[in-house]
Amino acid sequence: MPTVAPLDLDGHCVSAVFLHDVPHFALADGAIHRLDHGHKWQEVHDGLLAATLDQQKSRLITGGEDGKVFSSAGDTSELLAEAGRKWITSVASGPQGAIAYAAGKTAFVRFADGKVKEFQHPRSVEGVAFSPKGMRFGVARYNGATLHFPATDGKPVELEWAGAHTGITFSPDGNFLVTTMQENALHGWKLSDGKHMRMSGYPAKVKSLSWSAKGKWLASSGAQAAIVWPFSGKDGPMGKAPLELGTRGNAMVTAVACHPSQDVAAIGYDDGMVMAVRFADLKEVLLRRPGKGAITSMMWDREERRVVFGSETGDCGVIDIAG
Amino acid sequence: MTESQTQIPVTVLTGYLGSGKTTLLNRILSENHGKRYAVIVNEFGEIGIDNELIVESDEEIYEMNNGCVCCTVRGDLIRVVEGLMRRPGRFDAIVVETTGLADPVPVAQTFFMDEDVRTKTKLDAVVALVDAKHLPLRLKDSREAEDQIAFADVVVLNKTDLVTPEELADVEATIRAINPTAKIHRTTRAGVALDQVLDRGAFDLSRALENDPHFLDSDHDHAHGDHDHVHDENCGHDHHHEHGDASPIHDVTVQSVSLRGGEMDPKKFFPWIEKITQMEGPNILRLKGIIAIKDDPDRYVIQGVHMIMEGDHQRPWKDGEKHESRLVFIGRELSTERLQRSFEACQA
Repeated sequence: MPTVAPLDLDGHCVSAVFLHDVPHFALADGAIHRLDHGHKWQEVHDGLLAATLDQQKSRLITGGEDGKVFSSAGDTSELLAEAGRKWITSVASGPQGAIAYAAGKTAFVRFADGKVKEFQHPRSVEGVAFSPKGMRFGVARYNGATLHFPATDGKPVELEWAGAHTGITFSPDGNFLVTTMQENALHGWKLSDGKHMRMSGYPAKVKSLSWSAKGKWLASSGAQAAIVWPFSGKDGPMGKAPLELGTRGNAMVTAVACHPSQDVAAIGYDDGMVMAVRFADLKEVLLRRPGKGAITSMMWDREERRVVFGSETGDCGVIDIAG
Repeated sequence: MTESQTQIPVTVLTGYLGSGKTTLLNRILSENHGKRYAVIVNEFGEIGIDNELIVESDEEIYEMNNGCVCCTVRGDLIRVVEGLMRRPGRFDAIVVETTGLADPVPVAQTFFMDEDVRTKTKLDAVVALVDAKHLPLRLKDSREAEDQIAFADVVVLNKTDLVTPEELADVEATIRAINPTAKIHRTTRAGVALDQVLDRGAFDLSRALENDPHFLDSDHDHAHGDHDHVHDENCGHDHHHEHGDASPIHDVTVQSVSLRGGEMDPKKFFPWIEKITQMEGPNILRLKGIIAIKDDPDRYVIQGVHMIMEGDHQRPWKDGEKHESRLVFIGRELSTERLQRSFEACQA
């Protein structure tokens, strides 16, 4: 039986992650809490808006209302960048210690040596993400996405699709780019030929995406089930129906986290419930009963037996699958 | 977050550079009114107050991908409101300051069209600051000045000390011609009582038309002493704003159409208003109405912005209250005759 070690915090949890094996919880008020032989925390930002893991999964990169970007773990945090009074609305981590962040209409890349490069856009930079291959990052923007090559002065690649694109992710093999949109839909591009993929039909905005092991599937929130699109074929999900996992009639999926090695997803709902569902036979296991508010973030640990979760209302915790 | 969570009220401030917007904003931020405001501005600019709840945001208009050109929202507001609402308890209300040339419509529509924003906040009122001296010039050279007035619930007619009484009367008549339902306050140095611009509930169907004594009184048959039309100083005018009459200042393209009728047949009225908002939506800036539905003990109130319309039962008709339906459209290229005729055809 799965067991839950709760951590009741005060405020919206933006990101719940394992740094090495220590559960960390980044809250919107700017504090990062952790369960490391007891409950500990450090104040990092005045208002934390975005968070992502570095590529070694050992530090949390965060951006805030204070216009700052920090790298934090345990009781240490390092100021990586400042962008004036504008909010840092998106952060991403890339190869060789590079990070990207967005403030207003500018995307920034900071290399490991501290050098910062700016990429101006005519409209707001809504989301940033690095490609898994090479020094390349993507920007989600109004009417499409832009790919930049920060290591060289190569010309950016523009990918157009009408509408506001708010978030962005690359498939783990680097072949596909997927954006979340202001309308209730995802949009994808096959990068080799620019072919479009429309993934629509969601009753709500998609706010959480997770690639399954080896990038075979892309799980998404925004419906009464986790919508899981097949990406194993060369054309991605085009012409194929998605899986619907963990369907509930009275709740919406708000967060998804795929298992590191198996075709299983942890699914979080707007009432705080968490389930694990296997893709092959849709078998469901209840991991956590409903709580106070919507699940916002989840992650599996390296041993594949624990799931850390955070919620809008601060009732966070760690689920041990084996009990 | 549960649905029952209180929605935070949002006030939108529009107005040209020099209209007194910053002065009013500074008063909202510094006066002791017992409420805390988060303020979303385009530039920190002249706001001389350091406050962590002032957020700078680049105006970003997004067309919704549904083929409707008037379905626009402010993408930056969606992001900022979402961020602010993750840390509730720091403020009681939000003020959005727009740039001088801003179109107020996408700002307002954000609070109806974006599901996340709508569950957490509610639009309280759109307040337009107008410079009494420069309005005639503004109306000549831009459509935005007119849109801002047409769209407003409250118009603060500022800098009245810089014009003659005759000029002021003309300017006010022009504002009335553009927008017969807005509440007008004559001020100098944006000296309007803050409770006249904040917490107005102008989009709240249960309150909207109650606190609006001028609403649809196109025939002016009421006694002028019975309402709370506030003029902070120099209240020397005679309250005869002749709705529907031509503006004494030209260059006005916005018009209002006031309709009046008896009890409505719901089977005719609702399809009609639906069709009007679908077909005329791009031309309609605002619509407001109180509808008497046949055999319904409650007043039915509706309000709309372009193609977005909402309606609800408001309160029972009072004893002796005349069961009549009244509807005002503010927009462009509206056919009064056709609207009146088709409206009357919906009567029971």
